Formats: sequence, structure tokens, C-alpha cells
Amino acid sequence: MSDTALIRVKELKKYFPIQAGVVRKTVGHVKAVDGITFNIERGKTMGLVGESGCGKSTTGRTMLRLLKATDGEVIFDGNDMLKMEKSKLREFRTRMQIIFQDPYSSLNPRLPVKDIVGEAMLQHKIVPNKKEMKERVIEIIGKCGLFPEQALRYPHQFSGGQRQRICIARALAVNPEFIVCDEAVSALDVSIQSQIINLLKDLQDEMGLTYLFISHDLSVVKFISDDVGVMYVGHLVEYGSRDKIFANPIHPYTKALLSAAPSFDPKAKGKSKRIVMEGDVPSPANPPSGCRFHTRCPHVEPICKETVPENRELEPGHFVMCHKAESL
Amino acid sequence: MSNAENAVVKVKKVKKESELSYWGSVFFRFRKKKMSMFCLILMTLIVLGCIFVPIISPHTITSTNVANMNQPPSMTHILGTDELGRDLFIRFFHGGRISLGIALVVVVIECVIGVILGCIAGFYGKLIDTIIMRICEILMSFPFIMFCITVVGIFGNSIPILIFVLVFLGWAGIARIVRGQILSLRELEYMEACEALGISDIKRIFKHLLPNVLAYVIVFATLGMASVILVETALSFLGLGVAPPTPTWGNMIQPANQFIVLSTRWWIWVPPGVGIFLSVMCFNIVGDGLRDAIDPKMKR
Amino acid sequence: MNENLNNDLNNVDDVDIGAMMVPESGMPAVGQKKEDILLDVKGLKTFFHTDNGTVRAVNDVDFYVRKGETLGLVGESGCGKSISSMSITRIVETPPGKYEGGEITFDGKTLLRINENERYLLPEKDMRSIRGNDISFIFQEPMTSLNPVFKISKQISEPMMLHRGMTKKEAHEESIRLLDLVRIPNPERIVDEYPFSLSGGMRQRVMIAMALACEPKLLIADEPTTALDVTVQAQVLELMNDLKSRINASIIFITHDLGVIAEMCDRVVVMYAGKVVESSPIEELFESPQHPYTQGLIASKPDMATTEKRLHVIPGNVPDLTELPGGCPFHPRCYKVTERCKQEYPPTHKITDEHIVSCWEYNGSGISSEGGEEA
Repeated sequence: MSDTALIRVKELKKYFPIQAGVVRKTVGHVKAVDGITFNIERGKTMGLVGESGCGKSTTGRTMLRLLKATDGEVIFDGNDMLKMEKSKLREFRTRMQIIFQDPYSSLNPRLPVKDIVGEAMLQHKIVPNKKEMKERVIEIIGKCGLFPEQALRYPHQFSGGQRQRICIARALAVNPEFIVCDEAVSALDVSIQSQIINLLKDLQDEMGLTYLFISHDLSVVKFISDDVGVMYVGHLVEYGSRDKIFANPIHPYTKALLSAAPSFDPKAKGKSKRIVMEGDVPSPANPPSGCRFHTRCPHVEPICKETVPENRELEPGHFVMCHKAESL
Repeated sequence: MSNAENAVVKVKKVKKESELSYWGSVFFRFRKKKMSMFCLILMTLIVLGCIFVPIISPHTITSTNVANMNQPPSMTHILGTDELGRDLFIRFFHGGRISLGIALVVVVIECVIGVILGCIAGFYGKLIDTIIMRICEILMSFPFIMFCITVVGIFGNSIPILIFVLVFLGWAGIARIVRGQILSLRELEYMEACEALGISDIKRIFKHLLPNVLAYVIVFATLGMASVILVETALSFLGLGVAPPTPTWGNMIQPANQFIVLSTRWWIWVPPGVGIFLSVMCFNIVGDGLRDAIDPKMKR
Repeated sequence: MNENLNNDLNNVDDVDIGAMMVPESGMPAVGQKKEDILLDVKGLKTFFHTDNGTVRAVNDVDFYVRKGETLGLVGESGCGKSISSMSITRIVETPPGKYEGGEITFDGKTLLRINENERYLLPEKDMRSIRGNDISFIFQEPMTSLNPVFKISKQISEPMMLHRGMTKKEAHEESIRLLDLVRIPNPERIVDEYPFSLSGGMRQRVMIAMALACEPKLLIADEPTTALDVTVQAQVLELMNDLKSRINASIIFITHDLGVIAEMCDRVVVMYAGKVVESSPIEELFESPQHPYTQGLIASKPDMATTEKRLHVIPGNVPDLTELPGGCPFHPRCYKVTERCKQEYPPTHKITDEHIVSCWEYNGSGISSEGGEEA
């Protein structure tokens, strides 16, 4: 699966220093992302799920170098993103974009849609002048389901779903190959969510886009992804094709996560054998020793508390980070 | 929706706030505050008076007439005359011109310096932020009156010196406000989107950050006008500000420290006092109204 | 435990069926077994008068809650589900809000009766003793609903000392018992902690404990799990399901998540733009949703089992409440829209005793969810 990979992430790490005292001495690190490895193939969607604080958003931002990585490699189409010079990076950024969760804070309230979407086209000389920019903006927002006359309006004149369409249009303006969707539909109403998800799917089919789809909503990730990675406190605990992860989850955390999602069938109420985990997600500032899931794992053994499990490929393309993967 | 249909809809809902541009909706909300609107009109009248009365008046500010001194208000001298027989009506408006003019110049220079340094500090952070902010803190902890006395003592009192003193000690406030705003705006996702799009630093500062800070700067400037007027009058009253014979509202009140003027010649000191009171009140209320109109959430 | 609960509910159902009737707007609930109804809301209207016009947040809403029942209020943002529940205890901020009409009866007491002739609001003093005592709230944000400067024990004890006349010591012991009830480990220790030292899930448990402190008759849970992670949400939902059988309270569960509704509720009221569009027992709603909006809502959420390539979509946007479309507010987004839908608000049809729908397209045999009709 790695031959056609557009993006390879190798042992990516992102630590945030914890500073204390008057001299801002670093007293520790929040290990938001602690050595994760995966590939995304061209034209495919990788879903990244996990609970809040597991490092999934940090992963997306670090890959785009919006945050400076602590260690590791991000190879985008043969180029090492993390070692690239700043001037080259600025041009290179057009190839990868990001869509955020909050459609309110992700649009500048002072600019009309035309400028929000078109600004980067002028910056990167994708269009020669303002007139062509406007034409191109109208074309792109049309693709995203907005009307040409809406190009002159300001963000506050749009609803949440429409704003998310503007965000998508802004990302598409520079003809990217890869888009990180960071909880892109989580803040939207259910009926609007499905519109945006369909739009993302249509754009992918049309333009051959590659997505990293970050979400805490398992049903959405299952719907849109080809491959799925499950994160827990900075580790990628299980990673493989969607069908394998959802049909045959191996890691105890994946199992618990899948069973925790509310079902739509009221008849299943009380019948499903839900794995309810005890306790809360540990803090990444002070992660548990060994396997980070051992504090909540129903199958915990002494070795889990001592050594960090290796990331093992159980089947081709199905990686699990658990000491007991074979026996579960 | 066709264009024609859209146009009809627009005509119908001219008054709807959500249809307006940013500044349109600010004014929409501002207009609803009767007190602020009243003060805005009053302020405009005072400013217009200060501009035009000295031009059309037959009297001049310095023409003394010993025969005519200490006259109460009359038809020829609407606000009477002072102890040198100068017409107080024209001196009142001319004094307003100076007082308001100084305030305006000071606030504009303060804002320019404050915005530039605040933006740099907030946007680039780290060492440059530390340096600028430490300077601000030092300036803000200067003993104000002591500093004025010293500077006036060395350089003499004149309008440029007064402006310099006020700007020198005043820009730190606005720089800190701008820096704070930039720091919080910088974290917003649209700034991150700009970075992801590879937008240049200059454009990010001037197109994305500054317009969003501008509203706060305008509020600060309006409220700043009020405080500069007060400080300037206080200094002029103490003789540390603008030196006579140039009138300002501050040095026009100065005669009131003689008991005879205070008790018998009210026309000498009441009008400048009222001028100071009204203009300071107007600037404050307009500033408050603007702040509420710009950010309705800040009210609570 | 769950079986017990189900049996209890079945018994309640046996007694009620046939005796229940749908309260229609403006009509007295004749023939309704009064003693079974804990809360009855009829024709409630709560409007907000803002600079931009009148927001009809709750516009003629009817629903009722039986004793021991869990009612789900579901809808998208701005549909009026939270404002409806806030209107019951009258915690809507007035102005800009205003109660414009309707009648609310809780446990035999009239809390509010507003019509052309009369404007009766239960005095604030009496209302205060109902709030927190008979009706308690669980909010979405456990961070902001707890006072950060008081210890947990103080926050739980205070209403008990106030409403139940307990001494400080009794209240403290009761607090520990309640924390134990909501399955907080080491309640004796946690009771002396401050809110910031607890995680989100723990805080929400404390909120539940506080809500239970005065043994309320009605518990209103407003998006109690929305801010929580899935695994923590599962814990809290399981806890609440368990508590349902132990405490003898009715619950109004407000959420936008149909999955949570399916887990928690006995009956569901679906709201759209300040109106009730459909109300039904839970199984019936998921099996045969009648209103096109309910159908769309259920179909547009990707279920874990779905294998389709595209999601079902309700076109258009959630409407602006200051300028609602005429007639049925859903008509611009509806696939079955007719001319009539644009003119008049549809009547309420009764499908079964407990299943009602407000739609012109209902003709006695249901509304098919396939295909659309052109007007």
C-alpha cells in the first residue's frame, strides 16, 4: 500500500513544553503526538479518530507545519515537509490545505467572500489580476454550492453550513492535492453535516483530492474514510483499512470506542453488550507508563504497565499497538 | 435565486442589520443609542463652532481693550471680556480649537505609534515583544506631573513640548491594547488558514489583523480624546501647558484661582469649564456607545 | 435492573393506552388521566424581541411528560428545544424574551397561563421553590455550571439545606451518598475537592448529583453529554439509564443527537423552527417516521451500519427565526412541498394515540418516505 502513498508520516512527534516560574523554565512536556507512523495514498481518505486531547488535531497541524514538529518525518510526494526552507514552503503550501471545525472563527469577518477565497490566488499568482480572480472565485464557490452574487457578501451574512462551504472554497482556491479536515463537520447541525460530507465526497471524486479526516464521530469517519487510524493519548493504537477496523477491531480501546457510539436502534437499548470503560482519558502531560491504555484496559497485564507495546503489523496493512493483540 | 429576485429582496430589507457591511452594522447599532447619538451631535456642534466661529467673528483673540475690561456678557461681547478687555466669546472657541486640536494630534500620533509597535510586539512575539512591553511598563510607571514639570522646566512650555509629553507617556496604553488583541486574534483559525495558504506577513498584518483591531483603536481614541483634554487643561491650569496669550480652555479657567474672579466674574471661568465638561462627557459617552456598537457582547 | 425498569414502564403503558389523548392546541385535555401527567405544556409561545425583529423561538408548542417517563426533545440549533424547557421553569431572560401565550401545568399547579383574557404567571417566590426542588436542571457545560470557588460538598449541600431543611452535617453526608449514587470513586475525598480538579465526565456526574439532591419530580437535562467524549458519554448515559429506575423522576432529555435519544428516551418530540412537527413513542419514530423532516433527520446521519455511497440530504439551511417562511416553516426544504404548505400551517394529525404529526401530506395512511411529489 505504500508504493502509491502521497504522504508518509514517520515517527512524528510533537511535544509542547510546560513552562513554569518567572524565568519560564521548561519543567516538562505535553506529549501531544508521540511517535506516530502512517501513509495516505493519493486520492484516498484517511480517518483519524480519538477522544479530545488524544493529539489528532495536533497531528494534522504538525503535518502541515502549522506547528513545528519535535521529531520525525513528513514526506509529501517525495519532499520532506519538516526540513523545507521557509521560502520554498510558502509555495509548497498551496499543495496542502486545512478546513477547521469552527466555521465562525475560521473566516475573517472584515473581508467579503471574494477576498477570503481569492486572496491566496493572487498571492501565489494563480490568477494574473483581480478580474480573473473574481471569475475564478465564482467558479469555485459555485462548485461548493454557493451563488455568484454571494461572493460580495460578508461572513456574518451566512449560516454555519454556508460558512463551512466558504472555508472549503478557500482551501480549493489554490488547487491543493491534500486537505486536512479538522473536525470539519462536528460543529454543524445533522442535516447540514450530511450536505458537507457529500460535498467533500463529490469534490474528492471530481478533483482527485486526498483527505486526512479528523473527527471524534465514528459514524462519520466510517462513512467517509478508506483507512482509519485510532489515536489514544498521542499514540496511534490501531491503524488499517476501514473495513478491518470497523468489522474486526483488535485493540481494546478501538473496541470500547466502537461500542460506546450510540446506536440508532432503540430496540437495541439495554441489549447491546457495551464495553463501558472506567475512568477518564489520562492527561498527555503525564501519560501512564508502558501502554497508555493500561489504566482503563479490561485485559491489562503486568507487561502493559512496563513496556510500550510495539506497533505490529498483524495482517498486511493492519497495525496494532498492543502486547496482547494476537490473543484478543 | 436569480439576480433580479435578489435585488428585490435587498430593497425590501434595507434596514436589516445582517444585510449590512461591518461598519454599516456598527452604525446601525450605534444609532439606536439615543444618548450616544445626542452626544455625537453635540460634539459635532462644538467642533464646528471651534472651526468656524474664529473665522467669522469680528474680534481677534489678542486685541486688548483696556477700556472694555471685565465686561459682563453683552450684545457686542456675547460672553463678556476678560481683565485685559479681550472678547471671551472668540477666546472660548479659539481655546476649544487649541484644546481639541492638541487632543486630536496627540491621540492620532499615539495611535499610530501604539498600533505599529503593538502589532509588531503581538505578531512577532518573543524577544521583540518582551522589549516593547517592558518599555511600555516603564513609561506607564513614570510619575506624570513630575515628568511634565521637568520637561517644561528644561525646554519651556509650548504646544509642541506639551504634545510631545502627552504622546511620550500615552502611546504605551494603546500599544498594550493592540498587542493583546493581536495575540488573541493570532490564535483564531482564520489566521492559521492564512498561514496554511502561504499569505505573506505584511498582508496578514494589514489585511487580516489590523482591520479587526481598528474598532478597538477607534474606541480607545475617542475615550483617549476625553482624557487628553482633561490632562491638557489640568496642565495649562497649572501653567505647565500652553502659555498665554494663546488661549486654551485650561488656561482660560486659570483666573478663577483669584477669589474675586471666582465670586464675581462668572463669565470668565464658567464657559471654558462648561466647554471642558461637555466635550469630555461627549467623547466618553460616544466612546462607550461605539464600544457597545462594535462589540455587543462586551456590554455584559 | 434494566429489565425491572422496562417492566415498570410497560405497566404504565398498559394503564395509559386508550386513556391518553393528544393535547391539541387550545383544547383542554379531556379524558386524560390527570394523575399520570406530570407536566403539561399547551400552546406555549416564547418570543424574543430584538433589534432585528421578533424571534419566535417557541411558537405554539404542545407536549406533556408522564410520571416516570423520559421524554426526548430533539431538533437542530435554534429549533426552540432549550427555550421550551427554560420557559417551563421561567429562566428565560426577560427582556428580550417574553412569554406570549400558552399554559403550563406542573403536578397540578398552573405555572403559567397566558391568553387574550388573562396573563397569569406563578409568583416568583413560588417559582423559586419549584426550581431546584421539584424541577432541576442539568446543563451542557459542566465547566461553567459549577461555581469554581466553592467545594463540591458546599455546592451539593446548599440546595438541600435550603429546600429540604437539612443541617449542614446531614447535608454533607447526603452529598457523599449522592456522589456514591452517581458512581464517583472515593466520594468522601471528592466531596472536599474544588470543581477544577475534576475531569469533564466527573463534573457532569457532580451536576447530576446536584440535580438529584432535592429528589426532584422532573429532571431537565439540556444536552448533558454533548460536551463529553464518546466513551465518557457512554458512561454518563449508562449512569442516567440506571438512575432512572432508582429515582422516581420524569426526565426531559434535550439533545440534537438522535443516537442518544434512541438510547435514553421512551417518547420523542421533534421540533423544527419553534414548532413541534412530530411526537411519537421511540420505536415508532425510528421505524416509521412520518414528518419529512424527521425522515430526513434520521436518514442524513450516517449510521454505523450504512453502506451507501452518499448520504441522504435535507437541502437548504436552518431558517432564520426572525423571518420564517410562511405556512409550514419546513416547506422550503421539504421534498413533498405543495402550494398549500406555503400558505397555511398544517393541522396536527393523530396517527396512533401517542403518535402525532403536523404535515399536510399526512392522509391517514402515513407519508411515504420515498420519492417526491410536484405541486
